[in-house]
Amino acid sequence: MLDKNGIAQRIAKEVKDGYYVNLGIGIPTLVANFVRDDIEVEFQSENGVLGMGPFPFEGEEDADIINAGKQTITTLPGASFFDSATSFAMIRGKHVDLTILGAMEVAENGDIANWKIPGKMVKGMGGAMDLVASAENIIVAMMHTNKRGESKLLKQCSLPLTGVGCVKKIVTNMAVLEVTAAGFKLLERAPGVSVDDIIKATEGNLIVEGDIPEMKLS
Amino acid sequence: MINKKINSVHEAVEGIKDGMTLMLGGFGLCGIPENSIAELVRLGVKNLTCISNNAGVDDFGLGLLLQGRQIKKMISSYVGENDEFERQMLSGELEVELTPQGTLAEKCRAAQAGFTAFYTPAGYGTEVAEGKEYREFNGKMHILEKAYEADFAFVKAWKGDEAGNLIFKGTARNFNPNMCGAATITVAEVEELVPAGELDPNQIHIPGIFVQRIFQGETYEKRIEQRTVRQR
Repeated sequence: MLDKNGIAQRIAKEVKDGYYVNLGIGIPTLVANFVRDDIEVEFQSENGVLGMGPFPFEGEEDADIINAGKQTITTLPGASFFDSATSFAMIRGKHVDLTILGAMEVAENGDIANWKIPGKMVKGMGGAMDLVASAENIIVAMMHTNKRGESKLLKQCSLPLTGVGCVKKIVTNMAVLEVTAAGFKLLERAPGVSVDDIIKATEGNLIVEGDIPEMKLS
Repeated sequence: MINKKINSVHEAVEGIKDGMTLMLGGFGLCGIPENSIAELVRLGVKNLTCISNNAGVDDFGLGLLLQGRQIKKMISSYVGENDEFERQMLSGELEVELTPQGTLAEKCRAAQAGFTAFYTPAGYGTEVAEGKEYREFNGKMHILEKAYEADFAFVKAWKGDEAGNLIFKGTARNFNPNMCGAATITVAEVEELVPAGELDPNQIHIPGIFVQRIFQGETYEKRIEQRTVRQR
Protein backbone atom coordinates (compact mmCIF):
# COMPACT_ATOMS: atom_id res chain seq x y z
CA MET A 1 0.00 0.00 0.00
CA LEU A 2 1.30 3.44 -0.88
CA ASP A 3 1.26 6.58 1.24
CA LYS A 4 0.56 10.03 -0.22
CA ASN A 5 4.16 10.48 -1.29
CA GLY A 6 4.06 7.07 -2.99
CA ILE A 7 0.99 8.08 -4.99
CA ALA A 8 2.74 11.31 -6.01
CA GLN A 9 5.88 9.35 -6.96
CA ARG A 10 3.89 6.99 -9.22
CA ILE A 11 2.05 9.90 -10.88
CA ALA A 12 5.35 11.69 -11.51
CA LYS A 13 6.17 8.91 -13.99
CA GLU A 14 3.26 10.14 -16.15
CA VAL A 15 4.88 13.57 -16.48
CA LYS A 16 6.75 13.69 -19.79
CA ASP A 17 9.44 15.94 -21.24
CA GLY A 18 7.97 19.19 -22.60
CA TYR A 19 4.73 19.02 -20.58
CA TYR A 20 2.92 22.01 -19.11
CA VAL A 21 1.29 20.65 -15.95
CA ASN A 22 -1.39 21.97 -13.59
CA LEU A 23 -1.20 20.52 -10.08
CA GLY A 24 -4.17 20.66 -7.71
CA ILE A 25 -3.96 21.12 -3.96
CA GLY A 26 -3.06 18.14 -1.69
CA ILE A 27 -1.37 14.99 -3.05
CA PRO A 28 -0.98 16.53 -6.55
CA THR A 29 1.26 19.28 -5.13
CA LEU A 30 3.70 16.56 -3.98
CA VAL A 31 4.14 15.33 -7.57
CA ALA A 32 6.55 18.19 -8.32
CA ASN A 33 9.01 16.69 -5.81
CA PHE A 34 9.33 13.47 -7.81
CA VAL A 35 9.57 14.65 -11.42
CA ARG A 36 12.81 13.46 -13.06
CA ASP A 37 15.35 16.25 -13.23
CA ASP A 38 16.56 15.31 -16.72
CA ILE A 39 13.27 16.44 -18.34
CA GLU A 40 11.87 19.93 -18.92
CA VAL A 41 8.46 20.54 -17.34
CA GLU A 42 6.65 23.79 -16.48
CA PHE A 43 4.09 23.96 -13.70
CA GLN A 44 1.07 26.22 -14.12
CA SER A 45 -0.88 27.67 -11.22
CA GLU A 46 -4.32 28.93 -12.20
CA ASN A 47 -4.02 32.19 -10.28
CA GLY A 48 -1.64 33.32 -13.02
CA VAL A 49 1.86 31.85 -13.20
CA LEU A 50 3.63 29.43 -15.51
CA GLY A 51 7.08 28.19 -14.54
CA MET A 52 6.56 27.90 -10.79
CA GLY A 53 9.62 27.17 -8.70
CA PRO A 54 10.10 26.03 -5.09
CA PHE A 55 9.14 27.96 -1.95
CA PRO A 56 11.36 31.02 -1.36
CA PHE A 57 14.18 31.09 1.18
CA GLU A 58 13.17 32.70 4.46
CA GLY A 59 13.23 36.48 4.13
CA GLU A 60 12.73 36.34 0.36
CA GLU A 61 8.93 35.85 0.38
CA ASP A 62 7.05 38.19 -1.94
CA ALA A 63 3.37 38.84 -1.17
CA ASP A 64 2.81 39.41 -4.89
CA ILE A 65 4.07 35.95 -5.91
CA ILE A 66 1.85 33.11 -4.70
CA ASN A 67 0.33 29.87 -6.02
CA ALA A 68 -3.34 28.84 -6.15
CA GLY A 69 -3.02 27.55 -2.58
CA LYS A 70 -2.07 31.13 -1.60
CA GLN A 71 1.41 29.94 -0.61
CA THR A 72 4.45 32.10 -1.30
CA ILE A 73 6.48 30.65 -4.20
CA THR A 74 9.33 31.52 -6.55
CA THR A 75 9.59 31.38 -10.34
CA LEU A 76 12.13 29.61 -12.57
CA PRO A 77 13.90 30.98 -15.66
CA GLY A 78 11.35 31.20 -18.48
CA ALA A 79 8.43 31.86 -16.12
CA SER A 80 5.56 34.22 -16.93
CA PHE A 81 2.68 35.92 -15.14
CA PHE A 82 -0.77 36.52 -16.65
CA ASP A 83 -4.35 37.44 -15.79
CA SER A 84 -7.05 34.96 -14.73
CA ALA A 85 -8.87 34.92 -18.08
CA THR A 86 -5.61 34.09 -19.85
CA SER A 87 -4.87 31.43 -17.26
CA PHE A 88 -8.14 29.67 -17.98
CA ALA A 89 -7.64 30.16 -21.72
CA MET A 90 -4.57 27.94 -21.26
CA ILE A 91 -6.73 25.37 -19.45
CA ARG A 92 -9.97 25.57 -21.47
CA GLY A 93 -8.02 25.88 -24.72
CA LYS A 94 -6.21 22.60 -23.99
CA HIS A 95 -2.75 24.17 -23.96
CA VAL A 96 -1.97 22.58 -20.59
CA ASP A 97 -0.85 18.99 -21.28
CA LEU A 98 -1.61 17.32 -17.97
CA THR A 99 -3.90 18.09 -15.04
CA ILE A 100 -3.45 16.27 -11.74
CA LEU A 101 -6.11 16.72 -9.09
CA GLY A 102 -7.59 15.10 -6.03
CA ALA A 103 -11.09 13.66 -5.68
CA MET A 104 -13.55 12.60 -3.00
CA GLU A 105 -15.30 10.18 -5.39
CA VAL A 106 -14.89 8.96 -8.97
CA ALA A 107 -17.52 6.94 -10.84
CA GLU A 108 -16.91 4.15 -13.34
CA ASN A 109 -18.08 6.44 -16.18
CA GLY A 110 -15.44 9.07 -15.30
CA ASP A 111 -17.67 11.42 -13.28
CA ILE A 112 -15.78 13.19 -10.50
CA ALA A 113 -16.90 14.78 -7.22
CA ASN A 114 -14.36 16.85 -5.32
CA TRP A 115 -15.87 20.15 -4.20
CA LYS A 116 -18.86 19.84 -1.94
CA ILE A 117 -20.16 17.70 0.92
CA PRO A 118 -23.83 18.43 1.66
CA GLY A 119 -24.36 19.58 5.23
CA LYS A 120 -20.81 20.87 5.56
CA MET A 121 -19.57 24.40 4.90
CA VAL A 122 -19.14 24.74 1.15
CA LYS A 123 -15.93 26.53 0.26
CA GLY A 124 -16.42 26.55 -3.48
CA MET A 125 -15.12 24.82 -6.56
CA GLY A 126 -12.31 27.26 -7.37
CA GLY A 127 -10.93 26.27 -10.76
CA ALA A 128 -11.78 22.55 -10.49
CA MET A 129 -14.87 22.62 -12.74
CA ASP A 130 -13.04 24.49 -15.51
CA LEU A 131 -10.11 22.07 -15.25
CA VAL A 132 -12.10 18.85 -15.40
CA ALA A 133 -14.47 20.06 -18.12
CA SER A 134 -11.70 20.97 -20.54
CA ALA A 135 -8.51 19.05 -19.86
CA GLU A 136 -8.05 15.96 -22.02
CA ASN A 137 -5.38 14.39 -19.88
CA ILE A 138 -6.59 14.26 -16.28
CA ILE A 139 -5.05 12.05 -13.61
CA VAL A 140 -6.82 11.78 -10.29
CA ALA A 141 -4.74 11.24 -7.17
CA MET A 142 -6.77 9.78 -4.32
CA MET A 143 -7.04 7.22 -1.56
CA HIS A 144 -8.89 4.11 -2.74
CA THR A 145 -11.20 4.07 0.29
CA ASN A 146 -12.41 6.59 2.87
CA LYS A 147 -11.58 6.54 6.58
CA ARG A 148 -14.38 4.04 7.18
CA GLY A 149 -12.90 1.69 4.58
CA GLU A 150 -15.65 2.37 2.02
CA SER A 151 -14.76 2.53 -1.65
CA LYS A 152 -14.32 5.94 -3.31
CA LEU A 153 -14.35 4.32 -6.76
CA LEU A 154 -18.07 3.96 -7.31
CA LYS A 155 -20.76 2.93 -9.78
CA GLN A 156 -22.18 6.42 -9.38
CA CYS A 157 -20.98 9.41 -7.36
CA SER A 158 -23.11 10.19 -4.30
CA LEU A 159 -21.69 13.69 -3.80
CA PRO A 160 -22.48 16.74 -5.98
CA LEU A 161 -20.48 16.46 -9.21
CA THR A 162 -17.56 18.59 -10.33
CA GLY A 163 -17.64 17.24 -13.87
CA VAL A 164 -19.14 14.44 -15.95
CA GLY A 165 -17.28 11.70 -17.82
CA CYS A 166 -13.94 13.46 -17.60
CA VAL A 167 -11.52 11.25 -15.60
CA LYS A 168 -9.26 9.01 -17.69
CA LYS A 169 -6.73 7.71 -15.20
CA ILE A 170 -6.65 7.22 -11.42
CA VAL A 171 -3.70 6.53 -9.13
CA THR A 172 -4.66 5.43 -5.62
CA ASN A 173 -2.74 4.03 -2.65
CA MET A 174 -3.69 0.56 -4.01
CA ALA A 175 -3.74 0.71 -7.80
CA VAL A 176 -3.42 2.43 -11.16
CA LEU A 177 -6.68 2.32 -13.10
CA GLU A 178 -7.92 3.54 -16.44
CA VAL A 179 -11.51 4.66 -16.93
CA THR A 180 -12.97 2.82 -19.94
CA ALA A 181 -16.44 2.58 -21.46
CA ALA A 182 -16.91 -0.65 -19.49
CA GLY A 183 -15.64 0.66 -16.13
CA PHE A 184 -12.40 0.84 -14.14
CA LYS A 185 -9.68 -1.19 -15.87
CA LEU A 186 -6.98 -2.34 -13.47
CA LEU A 187 -3.52 -1.58 -14.87
CA GLU A 188 -1.15 -1.92 -11.90
CA ARG A 189 -1.28 -2.81 -8.22
CA ALA A 190 0.68 -1.14 -5.43
CA PRO A 191 3.50 -3.06 -3.71
CA GLY A 192 2.06 -5.55 -1.24
CA VAL A 193 -1.51 -5.22 -2.56
CA SER A 194 -3.25 -8.19 -4.21
CA VAL A 195 -5.81 -8.09 -7.01
CA ASP A 196 -8.32 -9.48 -4.49
CA ASP A 197 -7.65 -6.54 -2.13
CA ILE A 198 -8.39 -4.14 -5.00
CA ILE A 199 -11.56 -6.00 -6.01
CA LYS A 200 -12.82 -5.77 -2.41
CA ALA A 201 -12.01 -2.04 -2.20
CA THR A 202 -13.69 -1.10 -5.51
CA GLU A 203 -17.46 -0.66 -5.63
CA GLY A 204 -17.64 0.32 -9.31
CA ASN A 205 -17.22 -2.20 -12.11
CA LEU A 206 -13.59 -3.39 -12.10
CA ILE A 207 -12.08 -5.01 -15.16
CA VAL A 208 -9.18 -7.38 -14.48
CA GLU A 209 -7.52 -8.87 -17.54
CA GLY A 210 -4.55 -11.22 -17.28
CA ASP A 211 -1.68 -10.72 -14.84
CA ILE A 212 -1.65 -7.33 -13.16
CA PRO A 213 1.92 -6.09 -12.69
CA GLU A 214 3.15 -4.39 -9.53
CA MET A 215 3.80 -0.64 -9.86
CA LYS A 216 7.32 0.53 -10.44
CA LEU A 217 7.92 3.74 -8.56
CA SER A 218 11.25 4.79 -9.99
CA MET B 1 -3.66 63.18 -22.44
CA ILE B 2 -7.00 62.54 -20.78
CA ASN B 3 -6.30 62.85 -17.09
CA LYS B 4 -7.86 60.15 -14.85
CA LYS B 5 -6.06 61.14 -11.68
CA ILE B 6 -8.14 61.76 -8.57
CA ASN B 7 -6.72 63.38 -5.50
CA SER B 8 -7.98 61.18 -2.71
CA VAL B 9 -9.52 57.85 -1.89
CA HIS B 10 -12.76 59.76 -1.05
CA GLU B 11 -13.18 60.61 -4.73
CA ALA B 12 -12.60 56.93 -5.57
CA VAL B 13 -15.92 55.90 -4.05
CA GLU B 14 -17.93 58.94 -5.20
CA GLY B 15 -21.31 57.85 -6.52
CA ILE B 16 -21.44 54.53 -4.68
CA LYS B 17 -24.90 53.83 -3.29
CA ASP B 18 -26.55 51.09 -1.26
CA GLY B 19 -27.51 48.06 -3.33
CA MET B 20 -24.90 48.51 -6.05
CA THR B 21 -22.89 45.71 -7.66
CA LEU B 22 -19.10 45.95 -7.30
CA MET B 23 -16.26 44.00 -8.85
CA LEU B 24 -13.12 43.71 -6.73
CA GLY B 25 -9.82 42.36 -8.02
CA GLY B 26 -7.49 40.03 -6.16
CA PHE B 27 -6.81 36.34 -5.54
CA GLY B 28 -6.94 35.58 -1.85
CA LEU B 29 -5.30 38.65 -0.32
CA CYS B 30 -2.92 39.04 -3.27
CA GLY B 31 -3.54 42.13 -5.41
CA ILE B 32 -6.63 43.38 -3.58
CA PRO B 33 -7.62 47.08 -3.70
CA GLU B 34 -6.80 47.63 -0.01
CA ASN B 35 -7.35 51.39 0.06
CA SER B 36 -10.67 51.29 -1.77
CA ILE B 37 -11.96 48.53 0.51
CA ALA B 38 -11.00 50.59 3.59
CA GLU B 39 -12.87 53.58 2.16
CA LEU B 40 -15.97 51.47 1.42
CA VAL B 41 -15.89 50.42 5.07
CA ARG B 42 -15.69 54.08 6.20
CA LEU B 43 -18.49 55.02 3.78
CA GLY B 44 -20.72 52.33 5.28
CA VAL B 45 -22.69 51.53 2.11
CA LYS B 46 -24.94 48.50 2.53
CA ASN B 47 -26.63 45.74 0.56
CA LEU B 48 -23.73 45.41 -1.83
CA THR B 49 -23.34 42.60 -4.33
CA CYS B 50 -19.62 41.85 -4.59
CA ILE B 51 -18.02 39.96 -7.46
CA SER B 52 -14.61 38.79 -6.28
CA ASN B 53 -12.84 35.45 -6.58
CA ASN B 54 -12.53 35.17 -2.79
CA ALA B 55 -14.02 36.89 0.24
CA GLY B 56 -10.89 37.80 2.19
CA VAL B 57 -10.15 36.66 5.73
CA ASP B 58 -11.94 37.69 8.92
CA ASP B 59 -9.95 40.87 9.54
CA PHE B 60 -8.65 41.81 6.08
CA GLY B 61 -9.81 42.24 2.51
CA LEU B 62 -13.52 41.77 1.91
CA GLY B 63 -13.77 40.30 5.41
CA LEU B 64 -13.82 43.93 6.60
CA LEU B 65 -16.99 44.63 4.60
CA LEU B 66 -18.54 41.40 5.89
CA GLN B 67 -17.85 42.45 9.49
CA GLY B 68 -20.00 45.54 8.97
CA ARG B 69 -22.67 43.43 7.18
CA GLN B 70 -22.29 45.62 4.12
CA ILE B 71 -22.47 42.71 1.68
CA LYS B 72 -25.83 41.22 0.73
CA LYS B 73 -24.54 38.85 -1.93
CA MET B 74 -21.12 37.43 -2.72
CA ILE B 75 -20.21 36.03 -6.16
CA SER B 76 -16.98 34.00 -5.85
CA SER B 77 -15.30 30.76 -6.80
CA TYR B 78 -13.80 29.94 -3.40
CA VAL B 79 -14.74 31.33 0.00
CA GLY B 80 -12.82 29.35 2.62
CA GLU B 81 -10.63 30.91 5.34
CA ASN B 82 -13.31 33.21 6.73
CA ASP B 83 -15.33 32.38 9.88
CA GLU B 84 -17.60 35.43 9.72
CA PHE B 85 -18.42 34.58 6.10
CA GLU B 86 -19.35 31.05 7.13
CA ARG B 87 -21.55 32.29 9.97
CA GLN B 88 -23.44 34.76 7.75
CA MET B 89 -23.83 32.19 4.98
CA LEU B 90 -25.15 29.44 7.24
CA SER B 91 -27.56 31.85 9.00
CA GLY B 92 -28.92 32.98 5.65
CA GLU B 93 -27.87 36.63 6.10
CA LEU B 94 -25.51 36.38 3.16
CA GLU B 95 -26.44 35.12 -0.29
CA VAL B 96 -23.63 33.27 -2.09
CA GLU B 97 -23.31 32.46 -5.77
CA LEU B 98 -20.42 30.06 -6.36
CA THR B 99 -19.02 30.22 -9.87
CA PRO B 100 -16.17 28.22 -11.47
CA GLN B 101 -13.03 30.35 -11.43
CA GLY B 102 -12.46 30.39 -15.18
CA THR B 103 -16.11 31.23 -15.79
CA LEU B 104 -15.91 34.07 -13.26
CA ALA B 105 -12.87 35.51 -15.04
CA GLU B 106 -14.54 35.16 -18.43
CA LYS B 107 -17.81 36.78 -17.23
CA CYS B 108 -15.66 39.80 -16.32
CA ARG B 109 -13.75 39.75 -19.58
CA ALA B 110 -16.99 39.35 -21.57
CA ALA B 111 -18.37 42.47 -19.87
CA GLN B 112 -15.12 44.31 -20.66
CA ALA B 113 -15.14 43.16 -24.28
CA GLY B 114 -18.82 43.75 -25.02
CA PHE B 115 -19.90 40.12 -25.23
CA THR B 116 -23.34 39.52 -23.74
CA ALA B 117 -22.83 35.81 -23.11
CA PHE B 118 -20.65 32.84 -24.00
CA TYR B 119 -20.70 29.04 -23.95
CA THR B 120 -18.33 27.06 -21.72
CA PRO B 121 -18.09 23.36 -20.90
CA ALA B 122 -17.21 24.18 -17.26
CA GLY B 123 -19.95 23.09 -14.88
CA TYR B 124 -22.05 21.10 -17.36
CA GLY B 125 -23.83 18.27 -15.53
CA THR B 126 -23.28 19.93 -12.14
CA GLU B 127 -25.46 22.19 -9.99
CA VAL B 128 -23.76 25.21 -11.59
CA ALA B 129 -25.67 24.37 -14.80
CA GLU B 130 -29.10 24.33 -13.13
CA GLY B 131 -31.53 26.67 -14.87
CA LYS B 132 -29.03 27.61 -17.58
CA GLU B 133 -29.37 27.06 -21.31
CA TYR B 134 -27.09 24.38 -22.71
CA ARG B 135 -26.05 23.30 -26.16
CA GLU B 136 -23.82 20.75 -27.86
CA PHE B 137 -20.84 21.88 -29.93
CA ASN B 138 -18.50 19.34 -31.57
CA GLY B 139 -19.96 16.51 -29.53
CA LYS B 140 -19.45 18.23 -26.19
CA MET B 141 -22.02 19.89 -23.94
CA HIS B 142 -21.65 23.56 -23.02
CA ILE B 143 -23.64 25.92 -20.80
CA LEU B 144 -24.52 29.52 -21.56
CA GLU B 145 -23.00 32.02 -19.13
CA LYS B 146 -23.82 35.74 -19.16
CA ALA B 147 -21.45 38.67 -18.81
CA TYR B 148 -21.59 40.45 -15.45
CA GLU B 149 -23.27 43.81 -15.12
CA ALA B 150 -21.59 45.88 -12.44
CA ASP B 151 -21.66 49.53 -11.32
CA PHE B 152 -18.07 49.82 -10.09
CA ALA B 153 -14.88 47.82 -10.54
CA PHE B 154 -12.11 48.34 -7.96
CA VAL B 155 -8.74 47.10 -9.12
CA LYS B 156 -5.19 47.29 -7.84
CA ALA B 157 -2.09 47.62 -10.01
CA TRP B 158 1.61 48.04 -9.29
CA LYS B 159 2.29 51.15 -11.34
CA GLY B 160 0.01 53.51 -13.19
CA ASP B 161 0.11 56.89 -14.87
CA GLU B 162 -2.26 59.84 -14.92
CA ALA B 163 -3.73 58.61 -18.21
CA GLY B 164 -4.96 55.50 -16.37
CA ASN B 165 -2.47 53.09 -17.95
CA LEU B 166 -1.68 50.16 -15.68
CA ILE B 167 1.17 47.72 -15.06
CA PHE B 168 0.70 44.76 -12.73
CA LYS B 169 3.27 42.78 -10.77
CA GLY B 170 3.55 39.02 -10.26
CA THR B 171 0.42 37.06 -9.44
CA ALA B 172 -1.12 40.25 -8.01
CA ARG B 173 -2.35 40.66 -11.60
CA ASN B 174 -5.00 37.85 -11.39
CA PHE B 175 -8.56 39.18 -11.94
CA ASN B 176 -7.58 42.87 -11.92
CA PRO B 177 -7.01 43.34 -15.68
CA ASN B 178 -10.19 41.39 -16.51
CA MET B 179 -12.30 43.71 -14.37
CA CYS B 180 -10.98 46.94 -15.92
CA GLY B 181 -13.72 48.39 -18.08
CA ALA B 182 -16.09 45.59 -17.08
CA ALA B 183 -18.19 47.92 -14.89
CA THR B 184 -19.71 51.36 -15.51
CA ILE B 185 -16.86 52.98 -13.59
CA THR B 186 -13.43 51.43 -13.04
CA VAL B 187 -11.34 52.74 -10.17
CA ALA B 188 -7.67 51.75 -10.16
CA GLU B 189 -5.42 52.15 -7.15
CA VAL B 190 -1.68 51.81 -7.64
CA GLU B 191 1.43 51.59 -5.49
CA GLU B 192 3.14 54.21 -7.62
CA LEU B 193 1.39 56.84 -9.73
CA VAL B 194 3.60 58.65 -12.26
CA PRO B 195 2.98 61.47 -14.77
CA ALA B 196 1.88 60.46 -18.27
CA GLY B 197 4.90 59.71 -20.44
CA GLU B 198 6.95 58.03 -17.75
CA LEU B 199 5.73 54.50 -18.44
CA ASP B 200 6.94 52.75 -21.59
CA PRO B 201 3.84 52.25 -23.82
CA ASN B 202 5.26 48.84 -24.77
CA GLN B 203 4.99 47.66 -21.19
CA ILE B 204 1.38 48.70 -20.45
CA HIS B 205 -0.87 45.77 -19.45
CA ILE B 206 -4.15 47.73 -19.41
CA PRO B 207 -4.63 50.88 -21.50
CA GLY B 208 -6.13 53.90 -19.72
CA ILE B 209 -9.31 53.78 -21.81
CA PHE B 210 -10.56 51.02 -19.49
CA VAL B 211 -10.00 53.15 -16.37
CA GLN B 212 -12.06 56.16 -15.20
CA ARG B 213 -10.31 57.02 -11.93
CA ILE B 214 -6.77 56.38 -10.72
CA PHE B 215 -5.01 57.17 -7.44
CA GLN B 216 -1.96 56.17 -5.47
CA GLY B 217 -2.84 54.14 -2.40
CA GLU B 218 -1.61 55.66 0.85
CA THR B 219 -0.22 52.42 2.29
CA TYR B 220 -0.17 48.76 1.39
CA GLU B 221 -0.07 46.05 4.02
CA LYS B 222 0.09 43.24 1.40
CA ARG B 223 -0.65 40.57 3.93
CA ILE B 224 0.62 37.05 3.13
CA GLU B 225 -2.00 34.33 3.67
CA GLN B 226 0.27 31.26 3.64
CA ARG B 227 3.89 32.04 4.31
CA THR B 228 5.79 29.04 2.94
CA VAL B 229 9.61 28.96 2.86
CA ARG B 230 12.41 26.45 2.40
CA GLN B 231 15.63 26.04 4.34
CA ARG B 232 18.88 27.39 2.94
